[in-house]
Amino acid sequence: MIVSKQKPFADILASLDGHPRVFLVGCAKCATVCKSGGEEEVWQMQEALIAAGKEVTGSVVIDEACHMLRVGRDLRARKEMVEEADALLVLACGAGVQSIAASAGKPTIAGADTLFLGNIRRFGQFEQRCSLCGECILTETAGICPVTVCPKGLLNGPCGGMDEGRCETDPEAECVWHQIYQRLKEQQATENLGKIAPGKDFSRMLKPGKLKLDK
Amino acid sequence: MISQLQQKLATGRFVITSEVCPPKGADCGEFLATARGLKGQVDAINVTDNQGANMRIAPLAVASLLVREGIEPVYQITCRDRNRMALQSDLLGAAALGVGNILALTGDHISFGDHRQGKPVFDLDSVQLLQAISTLESGFDLAGNRLQGVPVFFAGAAAAPAAEPFELTLFKLQKKATAGARFFQTQAIFDPDRLARFTTAVSPLNVKVIAGIILLKSAGMARYMNRNVPGLKVPDHIVAELEEASDPVAKGVEIASRLASAVRSHCDGLHIMAMGREELIPEIIKEMR
Repeated sequence: MIVSKQKPFADILASLDGHPRVFLVGCAKCATVCKSGGEEEVWQMQEALIAAGKEVTGSVVIDEACHMLRVGRDLRARKEMVEEADALLVLACGAGVQSIAASAGKPTIAGADTLFLGNIRRFGQFEQRCSLCGECILTETAGICPVTVCPKGLLNGPCGGMDEGRCETDPEAECVWHQIYQRLKEQQATENLGKIAPGKDFSRMLKPGKLKLDK
Repeated sequence: MISQLQQKLATGRFVITSEVCPPKGADCGEFLATARGLKGQVDAINVTDNQGANMRIAPLAVASLLVREGIEPVYQITCRDRNRMALQSDLLGAAALGVGNILALTGDHISFGDHRQGKPVFDLDSVQLLQAISTLESGFDLAGNRLQGVPVFFAGAAAAPAAEPFELTLFKLQKKATAGARFFQTQAIFDPDRLARFTTAVSPLNVKVIAGIILLKSAGMARYMNRNVPGLKVPDHIVAELEEASDPVAKGVEIASRLASAVRSHCDGLHIMAMGREELIPEIIKEMR
């Protein structure tokens, strides 16, 4: 899922300066799970905005905000509320904000910062494991991604800052190459560590990504 | 230009290298004065590359100034700030300027330094950078295009002999050797036994080992480095020795000198990191020559 985090309320208010009437949008998928823009957060935002002197013309939690056709349909269904508003405040990831901005025809305020593609460790705890690099090497690295988990994305083993299996950037964190080493040892496959990984093909992740499935 | 450092190591001469940090700014007067002071004392001087991720003058520029002075540099080049195009481009520049000794490094993470909001690059890692150097030496670039002329380098890599687990670090050292590293300059050594273990393990790789010796100027500095310098761990007993000394710098010189003597038989040379007190290097190495 895409992990996002609500911006500080003061920043949201500052972005809404000059927009007294606001329509609120949340997302029923990722933003709900990471509590940046589900039903509950949209309702809380509505209360906070009213307390701050704003008028909330209405709200919708879209399933899901990155789905461009669905966003258009859901906003059309609330046409009057949207038209009444000076701006839309979106509590969803950047993909969601953009599909809403494309349909809204009004200033659209991003109420959240989009952080990463995350795994869910447990309720309310998310970790980045995949960086969408377009060229998966997990088969060679015991199912642990050094591109993502190593702050330097090193492909050929630990840097000189690793000691006692810890990462140089965070002594609390285990070096990803130590994790890979431990797992390969369990699988009696440490010879994998001796193979030189060539430079990564970053052309696989040139922006903007596009995919069109063949019929 | 043929590397004197390479020739000395090849003929079995025990070498001494040191390092001088390039200035933060374009005024290289002090840098050159320090380097000139080391001329004749050391075989080569490493110029660090935005050390600790702190922005300084380009190491290639000061390496070139050293060449003009008749001082042999070791150009440290990291993958933190350059993609594969910039790395190759700078390496060709080095060859053109007569800078042949290269220390190929990954680089400390940008979060340690003074430009923490910058984008860390790490397009290649140190192993792939060594491969890039070997590729250039074959007369081609990484894209397979032929170069005008064939650059000659003497490439080395860093090693952390005390880091654990040792087996894991050894895999990478083997890759560095395969990729073209012909010397290792090690992190500061505090335990000669760890260096001996390291030298024994890497001896089949046929790579020269230049062991790092650091001048610790005070207990405070040692503690600071333990907190802030990746890969460096000053043991408690050495911190205590510095703490109890009435003249910590003199004690630091004594410790460095003692370690230099203790590791000498386990390496092909020493790399002295004098941390701004380069004038003390002759005293540290006086029993080496």
